[in-house]
Amino acid sequence: MIALINYNAGNITSVKNAIERLGFSCVITDNADEIRSASKVIFPGVGEASSAMSYLKAMGLDQVICSLNQPVLGICLGQQLLCQFSEEGNTECLGIFPVQVKKFPPLDIVPHMGWNTLQMNGRSPLLNGIQEDDDVYFVHSYYCEPSNYSLATCDYILPFGAAMQKDNFYATQFHPEKSAGIGERILLNFLEL
Amino acid sequence: MLKKRIIPCLDIKDGRTVKGVNFVDIRDAGDPIELAKRYVHDSADELVFLDITATLEKRKTLAELVRKIAKEINIPFTVGGGINSLEDARIVIDAGADKVSINSSAVKKPQLISEIAQEFGSQCVVVAIDTKLENDTWKVFVNGGKTATSWELLAWATEAERLGAGELLVTSMNNDGTKNGFAVSHLAEVSLAVNIPVIASGGAGTMHHFKEVFENSKVSAALAASIFHFGEIPIPQLKQYLKTQQIPIR
Repeated sequence: MIALINYNAGNITSVKNAIERLGFSCVITDNADEIRSASKVIFPGVGEASSAMSYLKAMGLDQVICSLNQPVLGICLGQQLLCQFSEEGNTECLGIFPVQVKKFPPLDIVPHMGWNTLQMNGRSPLLNGIQEDDDVYFVHSYYCEPSNYSLATCDYILPFGAAMQKDNFYATQFHPEKSAGIGERILLNFLEL
Repeated sequence: MLKKRIIPCLDIKDGRTVKGVNFVDIRDAGDPIELAKRYVHDSADELVFLDITATLEKRKTLAELVRKIAKEINIPFTVGGGINSLEDARIVIDAGADKVSINSSAVKKPQLISEIAQEFGSQCVVVAIDTKLENDTWKVFVNGGKTATSWELLAWATEAERLGAGELLVTSMNNDGTKNGFAVSHLAEVSLAVNIPVIASGGAGTMHHFKEVFENSKVSAALAASIFHFGEIPIPQLKQYLKTQQIPIR
């Protein structure tokens, strides 16, 4: 069973719809046992970092997420919360990736909204079949600094981590569930890990 | 590089698309879902559904339709028309819309912009502005362009941004339906005046018009309806053309 972590952050239905379009079923849950026993866990998110972290802590889900051994996919705010620290609300995050999350300097339109290009940095099953220069859909005002864990970067105002992996933890800053065929391929890659 | 977005707009009444469509391979041109899927296939970057059903009892139909759209399509979409309260916004966002568009209700009650932004994030709030040139000034109109307001375009655009709008959809009424091109000069002004994405709307008639607005203003996206619905400009052809003109396009 695939578990979608429900923590009062937006867009969870979009992710569920996308998984179902690919022929998989999933449960939306905040139940620790259900999350621990899932074959895959998706940690989506649209919202604000500090309130999302407070909610996760209040539900005890911060420790649950950090202890997971099965493949986990963080999406958008999910990716940022898997990092060390976010400038959004000066928030200590889950610390899976030793990476800082910063606010885009206002040198161009913020949020970074729309289709932008992936530059591949490493090989990972998550990005199987994805080509250099494929476009995916982003909406965010904060970014993850590029690091050794960046599978792909994207350039907007400055280069940032667009897809990341450390061990069983995978993450995308873009929304695969809203990125047409390319996004479907990435989600399918994750679901078939 | 961030791409310029091409956005078809579908008018919905009682759960059906109202403007004529001219796709030979669509079985039911009045079915918004079939039309939406066609646009996704044609590589539209985003979709806007504008509900022109005025009556309250039809709102439930809209939520049901949004739910079906969200199940079927894999690109972002905005729903607008008749969203007058936080509760109205919640209904369509919960049903799966990525963004809501508000127009007259935002002018009547500007704090609605902030309310929706605080609840769902700025990226969810598109403020649609209908504007018309009168005595050398671009004025803001509401109620489907029927009622003038005291707002001047740039003042309202910057106020909407200040209140938390995540995006502006600016329709130039003088140009709308003319197919004579976008109102490039004031779109250039408004897209410079704010630091949020602006969607250009009104006047698209040729592929060159899209090139013109992207080259001469900072708009992030261009929206059109009938030229896409009637198949006058197929989206794949438009995007191919813009790429050859060095416009960043997906």
